[in-house]
Amino acid sequence: MTTLLEVIDIRAGYGEADILNGLTLTLSDNEIAVIIGPNGAGKSTLMKAIFGLVSVHGGDIRFAGQVISGRRADQIAKLGLSYVPQERNVFASMTVHENLEMGAYLLRAGLRDHLSRVYDLFPQLQERRNQIAGTLSGGERQMLAMGRALMLDPRLLLLDEPTAALAPRYVAETFERIREIRSQGIGVLMVEQNARQALAVADRGIVLVMGQNRFEDSGPKLLANREIAEMYLGG
Amino acid sequence: MIDFLQLLIYGIVLGSILTLGAIGASLVYGILRFANFAHGDMMTVGAYLALVAVTTTGMSVYVALPFAMIGGAAIAIFFDQIVYKRLRRTVPIILLISSFSTALILRSVTQLIWGPKNQVYEAGISLPYVVGGVRIRPDHVTIFVGSVLLIIAFHLFLKYTMAGKAMRAMSDNVDLARISGVNSERVFLWTWAIGGALAAAAGVFLALDTRLHPEMGWHVLLAVFAAVIVGGIGRPYGAIAGGMIIGVATELSTMVFEPAYKPAVAFALMVIVLVLRPTGVIKGQP
Amino acid sequence: MMEDLLGSVTFGVFFLTTVGIYVVSVLGLNLQWGMTGQLNFGIAGFFALGAYTSAIMTTAPSDHHLGGFEMPIFVGFAAAMIVAGITAVLVGLITVRLRTDYLAIATIGIAEIVRLFLKNEDWLTNGVRGIPGIPRPFEASVGDNMFVFMAIVFFCVVLVYLALERARRAPWGRVLRAIRENEMGAEAAGKHITRFRLEAFVVGSMIMGLAGALFAHQIGFISPEAFTPRFATFIVWVMLIAGGSGNNRGAMLGALVIWLVWSGTGFVTSIVPPEYATQVSAVRLLMIGVLVQVILLYRPEGLLPEKPPNSRT
Repeated sequence: MTTLLEVIDIRAGYGEADILNGLTLTLSDNEIAVIIGPNGAGKSTLMKAIFGLVSVHGGDIRFAGQVISGRRADQIAKLGLSYVPQERNVFASMTVHENLEMGAYLLRAGLRDHLSRVYDLFPQLQERRNQIAGTLSGGERQMLAMGRALMLDPRLLLLDEPTAALAPRYVAETFERIREIRSQGIGVLMVEQNARQALAVADRGIVLVMGQNRFEDSGPKLLANREIAEMYLGG
Repeated sequence: MIDFLQLLIYGIVLGSILTLGAIGASLVYGILRFANFAHGDMMTVGAYLALVAVTTTGMSVYVALPFAMIGGAAIAIFFDQIVYKRLRRTVPIILLISSFSTALILRSVTQLIWGPKNQVYEAGISLPYVVGGVRIRPDHVTIFVGSVLLIIAFHLFLKYTMAGKAMRAMSDNVDLARISGVNSERVFLWTWAIGGALAAAAGVFLALDTRLHPEMGWHVLLAVFAAVIVGGIGRPYGAIAGGMIIGVATELSTMVFEPAYKPAVAFALMVIVLVLRPTGVIKGQP
Repeated sequence: MMEDLLGSVTFGVFFLTTVGIYVVSVLGLNLQWGMTGQLNFGIAGFFALGAYTSAIMTTAPSDHHLGGFEMPIFVGFAAAMIVAGITAVLVGLITVRLRTDYLAIATIGIAEIVRLFLKNEDWLTNGVRGIPGIPRPFEASVGDNMFVFMAIVFFCVVLVYLALERARRAPWGRVLRAIRENEMGAEAAGKHITRFRLEAFVVGSMIMGLAGALFAHQIGFISPEAFTPRFATFIVWVMLIAGGSGNNRGAMLGALVIWLVWSGTGFVTSIVPPEYATQVSAVRLLMIGVLVQVILLYRPEGLLPEKPPNSRT
């Protein structure tokens, strides 16, 4: 296990106001980490801060040993970091196939191999490859969003609430896919509302409160912790 | 009926010109997120660049067209790099005001170099074809066929090249395009290049249809924006529909209203669309 | 010697009167853009409506256009503001909800339609031939006295300035700024944004109508050609941006400085052969365009930046 992502004492937010106040976390490759916490704790802001989509006012973010804070999003993507935002996470006016092509935008060659791997993971996408993404169902759209993010063979995948808008039958399937993704050697950092199910697949859980990490432990241990269960997992 | 067909032909010709202008304006609006008030004057400059090629080398205006398009692209990129690039971090309205003064600069430079008078590419009148009582000028055929060919080329570019796909992706969702690895600055250059080239072509065709004049582009800017808004901002295919609707409606309106009020038709259609969809024609556009 | 002196006095008075008229226009625009954030590129339209209304109200009866009604000039001013205001209400009811960039596009359409209307409705405006013989105020009692007219223009400037300064400091002005800065916040505070925006748009347009009326009486003859966007719209914008949007004093300073620059370069026109006159006017326009870009790039806040009446919120 080597350290993949280091977030050190980061302060970030929209405009001048900080939503993250000195958050620190590290992530190893081949690990699923789940961030839980109340609304407004800064879970989504953390993901955006890693990709430079919000203003970072202090601290350092390193990926595979390189400082990435202050870099452009496309340069960060080049290093092997992928991100699936919670909303507006597909190109709604483009076809499924074109969405996946955009995922491989930085790829010079070998599009076919990468495509077939994503289609193996999400067979439904292949059936709908010429459909406009905006007309997909919520579950299919989430698969496409993850498929797009996986096209470049990232070393780390950031997932912002991958199951938030899904019907219950898709939730379990999504977590199953996430486990599969990890088994291919890709690290996963995810924010989840379905905390119990997410922690069940997680190697590590992080509780984020008021822009700082409050607790950190293995997924099962956090689930077993009564205090946390009462406060953050709905009893 | 003959009158109707005749006006329909004029409308399609005008619509072709507006479409070429509207595609670029729509792309800039969708990707750089501001209404480019210099788009009409980019058309004007393109028309005059072709005039330079025609008068200095004696080439025909069809041969001059590609040169005008290259020049139009270069001028659009020049203003982007010198001015707009430094204003990207400000609010879009500042870019809009800046483009308004770019329009002023282009127009006054045009007048300075080529003078304020009306000019034409070739003197003399070409006889129209008469088909079933409808008169069709050879220039009208050129404009229509030329526009269709350019639109097809543009369509192939958008559909089959990575640069074209990146442009569509940026227009659809800027942040997602960036995190997919798209270098937005490079897409901005492509956008200006294509917008500028198509605007120049629109200007050349407008000059063929009427005449060259330093304010020719400014006078159609409203119609171009109307086409962009009717077709949906940031939707190049919508701009084709928008351009044709505005062009045909403008010409057909003369069957009912005073011809003097033709420019008001574009405005009226635009306002109707805006009132029905006040936050923008496409959902999700900020 | 005496003639030179008289010449420069005449020039000076004409210059200051023109600046005064532009100040009125710029103050109207500042209410719309500077204070409320509404982009109006159709200044020429409201300006022309005001000019034509006052001309028709005050000229002697004519066979060539509606009226004239030989009314006192202040009736003409009032009518100019009313017509500009009513037009702004009609336009505003449709457009004021629109996003600012759509409003900007819509307003160039409005100005264009006004121009077409004035040009084509001969019965009303005498079309392209225009309306001559527009009287100066108090012409009957004091004769055509340029000092009197300058005093009236300055009186209007002071009146508009004081009214707008008062409005700016009043709760009304604070709401406008709140709308400009952050519509959501103002809406959450229970303000009817649309109504406030409409009010600012209408009052600003009425002020532009007044400026148009002053212009008509200064020049004495108007035709649609006088209201091309370059003079009635572009220069007003440049004045506001150069002076400082949101700051009424900045707006006035901007009008003075830009008109100084404009007139200063204008005398070049008089020393070159007439056939180059249009070229020189193009150079002047080019300078204006470049000046705006330079201001936007290097001093976007203008000469006198906006100072909120209260400490920063």
